[in-house]
Amino acid sequence: MSTLLSLFDGVLLLSLLWLAWRALAAPDLFKGIVLFIAFGLLMAIAWVRLRAPDIALAEVAVGSGITGALLLSALARSRRLEKEQAEQGSDRE
Amino acid sequence: MTPQQNPRDDTRFTARRALVLAFVLAGASALGWAVFSLPLDASGLTGPALEQLAKSGVTNPVTAAVLNYRGYDTLIEIGVLLLSVLGVWSVAKADTFANPPPASPVLWSFLRLVLPVMLLIVGYLLWIGSFAPGGAFQAGAILAGAIVLWLLADAGRTPLPRAWMLRVALALGLVVFIAVAVGVMLPGGKLLEYPPAHAGSLILLIESAALVSIAATLAALFLGGRLANDSDATNSAKPQKGAR
Amino acid sequence: MKLDPVLLYALAGVGLFAIGLYALIAYQHLLRKILALNVMGSGVFLFLIAMAYRAPGPVPDPVPHAMVLTGIVVSVCATGLALALAHRVHAETRQMKLPDESADS
Repeated sequence: MSTLLSLFDGVLLLSLLWLAWRALAAPDLFKGIVLFIAFGLLMAIAWVRLRAPDIALAEVAVGSGITGALLLSALARSRRLEKEQAEQGSDRE
Repeated sequence: MTPQQNPRDDTRFTARRALVLAFVLAGASALGWAVFSLPLDASGLTGPALEQLAKSGVTNPVTAAVLNYRGYDTLIEIGVLLLSVLGVWSVAKADTFANPPPASPVLWSFLRLVLPVMLLIVGYLLWIGSFAPGGAFQAGAILAGAIVLWLLADAGRTPLPRAWMLRVALALGLVVFIAVAVGVMLPGGKLLEYPPAHAGSLILLIESAALVSIAATLAALFLGGRLANDSDATNSAKPQKGAR
Repeated sequence: MKLDPVLLYALAGVGLFAIGLYALIAYQHLLRKILALNVMGSGVFLFLIAMAYRAPGPVPDPVPHAMVLTGIVVSVCATGLALALAHRVHAETRQMKLPDESADS
């Protein structure tokens, strides 16, 4: 039973580290943010494993949900702004 | 340059990045070695925390730690919530939904199912936080999530509530917490020293106010800046040269 | 062989912190830096809760739990403020990275 638990821990932590790396190194920022949201969900599983259910609830709602919404909204805003600035630049020329 | 990807922002592995990697690996190995030297069996503050649980007014040790033993930290944290909204307001204006798409019936029927359940969960988490995992922060975040969902579906069709209502909601948590913290000093106690007989109800009062504030703060952060109907804020904005 | 979960989770926390630190220094896009800061924060929280798990008996130490709960909320506030500042940098300098030291404004 405890070797099974250690195996679970190992798989969970390796996926956590791999996901964090893929989220940060993704060339497309949208993919990176979605992977970051998935990373938050895996963190919540880690919290439950460490007997921290309050923190698991907070991580899913705040760390994954709200931070994900903030990041996606900021990404959309910056792409809109880039388009506006590109149009303004071509109008001036 | 495509709008999607700034060519300067590539994620290839250059020589400069190899140097950064070496530095980070060295630091991480030092930290990892330090981890191995830590004792694997240390009770920390578990003993005293559980002993004083009967006097703290709640049965969930984490809630007791957040709102009673480390109440001062939480007070400052709620201040930080307010401060972050003030910072965002002083820096940017909120997005306006310029051309909202027509209201989607699928999205709205989904929300009609999901939003009431979310509100029920919010009330449940707020109440159960004193006895089981839960509490104001988790409930506030879920309430903020419900507000964000509604904002995304509504896309600016419904006008937002008046500015002063948002300001009251943002300040409510901090005001109530300070009032309780100072109020318990009046019969001759110290700051934040709840009398054990009333500690449970005081904690519930603080949590309810904090719930409103946390949800309002997270929703205001999502909106990303000063609202258009906030005349006090927009009057002081100076004209900008760039696009906003 | 039974590996103590405290050790595994604490090392994973250090690993996450290192990954975030590398991404913070190496990449220039501001949104990527903000993502990296969040990952670093998660690493620190994982380490703290692993330390709290060491308590004997069924209940872990609640004080680090309280600190991490506070930390998660402060972290999202900092992210919100950082995103607003990044938007302003983008609006003023027309690109989503910190201005070069050599360029004079």
